[in-house]
Amino acid sequence: GDLRSGGGSVDVCRERLAGLVADIISTVEFNHTGELLATGDKGGRVVIFQREPESKNAPHSQGEYDVYSTFQSHEPEFDYLKSLEIEEKINKIKWLPQQNAAHSLLSTNDKTIKLWKITERDKRPEGYNLKDEEGKLKDLSTVTSLQVPVLKPMDLMVEVSPRRIFANGHTYHINSISVNSDCETYMSADDLRINLWHLAITDRSFNIVDIKPANMEDLTEVITASEFHPHHCNLFVYSSSKGSLRLCDMRAAALCDKHSKLFEEPEDPSNRSFFSEIISSVSDVKFSHSGRYMLTRDYLTVKVWDLNMEARPIETYQVHDYLRSKLCSLYENDCIFDKFECAWNGSDSVIMTGAYNNFFRMFDRNTKRDVTLEASRESSKPRAVLKPRRVCVGGKRRRDDISVDSLDFTKKILHTAWHPAENIIAIAATNNLYIFQDKVNSDMH
Amino acid sequence: MLSKGLKRKREEEEEKEPLAVDAWWLDPGHAAVAEAPPAVASSSLFDLSVLKLHHSLQQSEPDLRHLVLVVNTLRRIQASMAPAAALPPVPSPPAAPSVADNLLASSDAALSASMASLLEDLSHIEGLSQAPQPLADEGPPGRSIGGAAPSLGALDLLGPATGCLLDDGLEGLFEDIDTSMYDNELWAPASEGLKPVPEDGPGKEEAPELDEAELDYLMDVLVGTQALERPPGPGR
Repeated sequence: GDLRSGGGSVDVCRERLAGLVADIISTVEFNHTGELLATGDKGGRVVIFQREPESKNAPHSQGEYDVYSTFQSHEPEFDYLKSLEIEEKINKIKWLPQQNAAHSLLSTNDKTIKLWKITERDKRPEGYNLKDEEGKLKDLSTVTSLQVPVLKPMDLMVEVSPRRIFANGHTYHINSISVNSDCETYMSADDLRINLWHLAITDRSFNIVDIKPANMEDLTEVITASEFHPHHCNLFVYSSSKGSLRLCDMRAAALCDKHSKLFEEPEDPSNRSFFSEIISSVSDVKFSHSGRYMLTRDYLTVKVWDLNMEARPIETYQVHDYLRSKLCSLYENDCIFDKFECAWNGSDSVIMTGAYNNFFRMFDRNTKRDVTLEASRESSKPRAVLKPRRVCVGGKRRRDDISVDSLDFTKKILHTAWHPAENIIAIAATNNLYIFQDKVNSDMH
Repeated sequence: MLSKGLKRKREEEEEKEPLAVDAWWLDPGHAAVAEAPPAVASSSLFDLSVLKLHHSLQQSEPDLRHLVLVVNTLRRIQASMAPAAALPPVPSPPAAPSVADNLLASSDAALSASMASLLEDLSHIEGLSQAPQPLADEGPPGRSIGGAAPSLGALDLLGPATGCLLDDGLEGLFEDIDTSMYDNELWAPASEGLKPVPEDGPGKEEAPELDEAELDYLMDVLVGTQALERPPGPGR
């Protein structure tokens, strides 16, 4: 059925295959205006797409995303102390709010965070006195008069430079970074610790959460994701492998090991299994744009939490409940450990998350309707309407239904992003990036 | 075995159904499950979990989340098998293959051992976290931490050396080092060992006392003659 969002129906009807990234995409992130979309991949590269301004001359290509810049963010490193190679895979990218003509973003691999500045150059100086066009020094005897160099337009050049490198802050693997609303600090989280950094200072950070036990044999829980509150610069949340969320207030203590609030849903006794803990592990947590809610993703569900209610989520949506009877097989092939992300739309009325078989799911919080869509070249042509998909679990089977047993578990949609204001979504399917736009109802209510 | 699981085609999914059937207690639709908490796990689920644990530890840098989740799951399984686990170890290998033939087909020697050695391996893994850690840790919480090199956590140590540690135990790691010099109680915490002998003699029980012979020995060692004269220790 149609996904209804606010007034009128929303048809997800346009696909633009924005790029075939050479390597497996590992993160996708829109900037704060949605004009830029950054992807990071397993090879340490960052590719930034820019939305073309709508043009009257080419009405069909309004608002498409084209490649804006590509650069190598991280290289594989060798840790000589531990005799280990550090992967160059980009785990997360976060944009800084734009404060001048330049754009800035943070990118991180397992160990090192980097601040990149992206600037445009569309003019160049011409008419130097001492150098010629190619930059070679002129023979001074030929210089008979002085001229003032002038700026001439040139083809747009996008320059990217590393401004800061935040290294040696983490013993364990970084899973999240989050920029504070104060625009001066950010945090980075690994399995056991969360550090607070000042964007201008690279040689030290403050440890604000430490859950490493005195004896590692007592380790039973790790940090899986963390994020700053969008408005309150003192608040942040982190999730754990046991399915709990901890909201912390940095004003309360320097070390936020004691949470302000603990959000945890009691285990459902009718659904208990040996895999209960694994499937409760939270793989992603996102504050709503309003700051009133949090969205979490665990293996089988997405949940909406109200910051004022710690006892249980206010909403739970089943992503692929048909997998509940397959948990043993999924444990065996390690799929049960897959980490899916989740996303809010701009008005916090629709949530989205990925699944298997290149399917992704959207849930309308108001109408309680949901839809399953597929990101693949076979099923999507430019300007075609995406057809809702259905997974059948036995019983009546419609013509285009997919049976659970024929799902391809190697095709995972782990990374998805939603434009901050419009109905535009970016879906990473292995090494393909899909961008879908809603053409009927472009404006958010 | 794990790669087998990842690469398997869809047809092979049917072959795996027996495993799902075997794990009937996991089926929420099953009447028995709706009423009672999970019953005893099959040993194949236990074996699978131990296999995953080994595999995880063999990574140069284990994925901590994966490791912790597998260990916790293994503990749950162990707990459910507790009545059986408390007994002397499981019958020898002949019984095991029949249960977990597919899973153990490509196992190495450690995995095809009896459950006793599996449980022992598990406690080795837990015991390893107390392995000596050359920590240059980040300092007290709440303070700013320097950009120093990251400390070595115990689980990091488990990585490269895990294979031999699990097989030989910690002792095997130090086999070729002559520790005989250090076996003497003189080399207890320095502050105690080198305290001057109190005037009131050996009346005290608490701190280790140095008598004259031990003091002589200590001097000889410091001078270096003892070290050269001592025969090779038990380690060789």
